[in-house]
Amino acid sequence: MSHAQAPDEFRAQLRDWLEANCPAEMRGGGVTEDAICWGGKDWVFSSNAQKIWLERCAAKGFTVPTWPVEFGGAGLTRDEEKIFLSEMNRIDARVPLQSFGIWMLGPALLHFGSHEQKLQYLPPIARGEVRWCQGYSEPGAGSDLANVQTHGADMGDHWLVNGQKIWTSYADKADQIFALVRTDRDAPKHLGISFLLIDMADVGVETRPIKMISGISPFCETFFTDVKVPKDRIVGTENRGWDVAKYLLTHEREMISGSGALEAGGRALGAVLSDTMETLDATLRADAMRCEIDALAMGLTLERYKDQSEAGQGAGDASAMLKYMGTELNKQRHELMMTAGGSAALEWDGDVGNRAGDWLRTKANSIEGGTSEVMLSIVSRRVLGLPA
Amino acid sequence: MSKLVLTQEETMLADMARGFLDSAAPVSAFRKMRDAGQTHDAALWKQMADMGWAGVLVPEAAGGSDMGFAAANVIAREMGKTLVVSPFLSTAVVAATALRQVGDARALDALRKIASGDVTYALAVDEGIKHDPDATTMQAVADGNGFRLSGKKTFVVDGAMADRLLVLACTADGLTLFDIPSDRAGITRDKSNMIDARDAAKVSFDDVEATGEDVLGQVDSAMAILRPALQAGQAALAAEMAGLAAGAFDMTVGYLKERKQFGVEIGRFQALQHRAAHLWCETEVTASAILNAGRMLDSDPHNAELAVSLAKAKATSTAILAVQEGVQMHGGIGMTDAYDMGFYMKRARVGAEWLGDYSYHAEKVAALRGF
Repeated sequence: MSHAQAPDEFRAQLRDWLEANCPAEMRGGGVTEDAICWGGKDWVFSSNAQKIWLERCAAKGFTVPTWPVEFGGAGLTRDEEKIFLSEMNRIDARVPLQSFGIWMLGPALLHFGSHEQKLQYLPPIARGEVRWCQGYSEPGAGSDLANVQTHGADMGDHWLVNGQKIWTSYADKADQIFALVRTDRDAPKHLGISFLLIDMADVGVETRPIKMISGISPFCETFFTDVKVPKDRIVGTENRGWDVAKYLLTHEREMISGSGALEAGGRALGAVLSDTMETLDATLRADAMRCEIDALAMGLTLERYKDQSEAGQGAGDASAMLKYMGTELNKQRHELMMTAGGSAALEWDGDVGNRAGDWLRTKANSIEGGTSEVMLSIVSRRVLGLPA
Repeated sequence: MSKLVLTQEETMLADMARGFLDSAAPVSAFRKMRDAGQTHDAALWKQMADMGWAGVLVPEAAGGSDMGFAAANVIAREMGKTLVVSPFLSTAVVAATALRQVGDARALDALRKIASGDVTYALAVDEGIKHDPDATTMQAVADGNGFRLSGKKTFVVDGAMADRLLVLACTADGLTLFDIPSDRAGITRDKSNMIDARDAAKVSFDDVEATGEDVLGQVDSAMAILRPALQAGQAALAAEMAGLAAGAFDMTVGYLKERKQFGVEIGRFQALQHRAAHLWCETEVTASAILNAGRMLDSDPHNAELAVSLAKAKATSTAILAVQEGVQMHGGIGMTDAYDMGFYMKRARVGAEWLGDYSYHAEKVAALRGF
């Protein structure tokens, strides 16, 4: 797409392209887990349409619309991205590809990676060929993330990695992992960590899914036993991986914060609740109205921060606010959906689908990527300047 | 596509307004007015008019600065931070927007006087304890070429001092908006003793004569003019309340950093840190709703209702939270009249009611979102 185009012309061309290229099966119904395309070496497409849709989007750079063209993106500006998203929304097109590579590693590489690393790692992410997972938390490093103990011993041409990660989302399905590894045990805890890229197929890497309260196992434990990681598989500088991690956490927070508000931005909560409860009782209606107001305002806040970020003012520590507000809102929303669902929502995969499972899943929103309490501490110390 | 970021001009306007208000209208000036029983500062309003604030929504052809609704919100927000008393909302926002909808020679003349600061207006709509224009019962009975108005209005903000009144009344087939001088025979204004120490009045109309000339817009179709005016007022009031919340919040965080108990600043306690942080988050989310309301009023006024009601609802809940936390975190000192926090609490409560409370706007949001 040419950047010189007028917005209307851009929109018209995009609309034509979407009409011609988005398969009918890929319009609507994009919110359930089995509608998501995660990509990766072992990915089994749920339908031929899902495969075609991914390939067509990838060829245009539309899986990562704002990434530069040379790394697999479409090079869209923020305004063009808005048009792109609104046109996708117009026909209720499914997101062609979702992944931690798109949300997290990609932004980190774009910021900290060498040109060679960008060329090597980004296009396969954009095409959905390689699926990444994130190796951050450990049994002893939850809210105190910088306390990671997984160790990388310097062996000259490689690091020898030993240790354990936990809450590794979809580690059992991922091809690669980006992990925080302690490469200097003597340095202060924030200054001895490196950001390493490890192949999940390497000898010594093992994963074990963890069954969650929602009944599914999206999280894993990941074990490293004498895993050899070549020295070129590091993002940023040795022992300065915390800088990359922090940058990436900002992206993760913005991503998680989007879930509640964007869901609400699509379909009004009142309509969602009325699906299962024809006439809302007064208390539920009042609670839902309050939640809807907060969700609409939160959606605008995400827009505002994106606009600010394009104007050169990054969210920085304020991303903690986005994460805290977005996730608490999403939990509230699902509590209300459970109430509206009544006893029908109490059955696993009953008449209202997996509503209970979705509800339980949201409880992790305010824990993963930094708890609500950690977010509030970040705001109070770094934004408000209250004493530690 | 208008962006949800302040433009350079808007940022400059905010800085300039802050600079002016910090010297001309700090909270201490409001305290002096309160102590003197004064609810209007004519000299201050004249200065604001000279800076183009009174004419912020008046066309340049009528002597206005015509900066638009987002700019009006920027000014209102800065006023809110230091509890500035002025006819800005009633006159420069609500009345100016109503008159601008009409746009005839007489309206332009009135707009010119608004912009120069020579005339003030008050909106006489409410009759019951809740804002509800649709429930208007006051009658304007046709009489020859004119009307005779009888009835009572309450919570007429700036009603005691305003030169003119915009009065909503029932006519044969609908509602009609009248623009009449406040000293016309048959009008009695009874100034209320308001908790926020501002001007509001109960106004009664006893067989008040109005001519066809006094009708703003068309007979029986007041809402075509009043709706945009109310929306502009609601958005600017929301902005004022967001500013009020920010002012109360800044005071509170300042206090957390300086007040010592148990030998340390109380801002070291996580219980207070997290509450302060939550409050800041709410002020950030509110700021987005305010900015969006201004953008919608400027770019797509016919579809701005959702944005405006969202802004007023959100600003109301955030301001109420900010003043409650403000008093609580200040402790006993926050309860004293000598300390300013109480002023914020009382103004927040009045702002919460004026032009529709949280429920009123939540119902509008719900209706527009298909509840």
